[in-house]
Amino acid sequence: MNRLMIWYGELISQKKLIKRGALFLTPGMLWLVIFLVLPGLILILISFAGRGSYGELVWEFSLDNYKRLMGYGVFGWTPDYIVILLRSVWVTLITTGISVVLSYPLCFFIAGKPKRTRYVWLMVVIVPFWTNMVIRTYSWFLILAPELPFAKLAAYFKLISPGMALYPSAFAVYLGMISIFLPFVALPLFSSIERLDWTLVEAAQDLYASNIRIFMQAILPQTLPGLSVGIILTFVPAMGMFVVPDLLGGAKYMLVGNLIQQQFGASRDWAFGAAISMGLMVLTLFSLYLYRRKNKDMELL
Amino acid sequence: MRKIKLMMNVMAFGTMAFLYLPLIAVAFFSVNNTKYGLAWKGFTLDWYIQLFHNEMILQIAWNTLVLAVVSTLVSTVLGTALAIGMDRFPWPGKMNTLLDLILHLPVIIPDIILAAALVVAFGFLRQISSVFEPGLTSMIIGHITFQTAFVALVVRSRLVSIGKDVEEAARDLYATTPYLLRRVTLPLLTPGIIAGAMLAFTLSLDDFVISFFTAGPESVTLPLYIFAAVRRVVTPQIHALSTLILFVTILLVIAMERFTRKAKVK
Repeated sequence: MNRLMIWYGELISQKKLIKRGALFLTPGMLWLVIFLVLPGLILILISFAGRGSYGELVWEFSLDNYKRLMGYGVFGWTPDYIVILLRSVWVTLITTGISVVLSYPLCFFIAGKPKRTRYVWLMVVIVPFWTNMVIRTYSWFLILAPELPFAKLAAYFKLISPGMALYPSAFAVYLGMISIFLPFVALPLFSSIERLDWTLVEAAQDLYASNIRIFMQAILPQTLPGLSVGIILTFVPAMGMFVVPDLLGGAKYMLVGNLIQQQFGASRDWAFGAAISMGLMVLTLFSLYLYRRKNKDMELL
Repeated sequence: MRKIKLMMNVMAFGTMAFLYLPLIAVAFFSVNNTKYGLAWKGFTLDWYIQLFHNEMILQIAWNTLVLAVVSTLVSTVLGTALAIGMDRFPWPGKMNTLLDLILHLPVIIPDIILAAALVVAFGFLRQISSVFEPGLTSMIIGHITFQTAFVALVVRSRLVSIGKDVEEAARDLYATTPYLLRRVTLPLLTPGIIAGAMLAFTLSLDDFVISFFTAGPESVTLPLYIFAAVRRVVTPQIHALSTLILFVTILLVIAMERFTRKAKVK
């Protein structure tokens, strides 16, 4: 331990070096362990506890919360919770997919601008990225209001009854989710598209590749690093989203985020809330794992 | 090929309209001279003026600012030290992996789970000290937690990109650790630290979920206020408030871009 070593130009004993390193690490790591790692572990622990009649925790090991999440309740089996969990995955996949499809043309468009004005066009993506989620969600209230042409058009085609707004509805949830997460995909994707080597695309064109083939084999592989970051930045928060379904979906289109929020708010059932959180975490990490296995050499941030 | 290009441009403009239509609508109705309905009744700035005479909203804006400034200051210090500690010492590989994993937790776990874990942890800690009652302090603690991880990630990438050569040269010339930090490492690192701090600040202003779970009745912030208000009824005053926040966001974004571009040129 007391071995002398040369560490970047300094002759120092290993013990001293480790001590100094710990000095830098400790405050931040201590904070993260106390307020991030330990609370996470406690959350896992209490997902196996029970709920007393006043909403307090009852410390006896049981799998009841997980059974309830799987639908086994007092009144027999219902698929309600499973439906909400699967719906969250579905909404997240659709949101991510449409965001990716819309991001490519947007990024190509911005990357095609001359260097001087490109940065101004990029602001178009950056500003919504940083604008508060609550504002960007409720602003759809206005667009979907019954007085405006969109709702009138829907009423004309008998999709909704006249005089009704287009929210709360599943449709409004998708609109809200995509508008929130599109910049999360577009921004990292742009950094890849800006560096795209167009000579490869030209080569593919010279060899009469179809447009689909050009995209799949000349463009997609080059943009994969940015795309992966974008997909993860979208997928993770979208799985736990509760502002959008709360404001735009109402009780009609609940997602797992709303379910968790209910347990920690009105219902005051922390143990069950913890179990749902575990379900959400497993689903999220499993999806990331699947994605990562397909794209081995991706890097986070 | 020209056809494809045209189609792409149409799609790009459609997407931009999709992103901005709701925001433009909010700004538009914030200067509409009517309390109810969406019919245009003439231009007014009344809603903005009322906003500045509303004691409660000023207090809420102040809460938001205090939360963002305090949590940014603490997390910048913690995150910077953490980044230096991780990158500049010969830790064994396994320990590096573990530290790396902890740092990435806020990225790979949905924020609602982080918030839920904090609610539970504060519930237990409350038995030790009343500091952990729902309120501004517990919100600040919550914000620092996820900000620290992001600051550390940003600063660490800067540490990697500036390399160790200059530090090694300073050591060769017998620089002590405090001298090295003050004269070499921190000055080289400043752009990274400021970028990290700005990221932390915007993350705090933007956050809804962590605040929503840890806030008390006295510590409402602007996003929480807007959320509670629009669940009841949407008023032109809320539009005015949102438009102002939008403008502040745009200013922050411009400042942030200006800064990172300057840092790159250097």
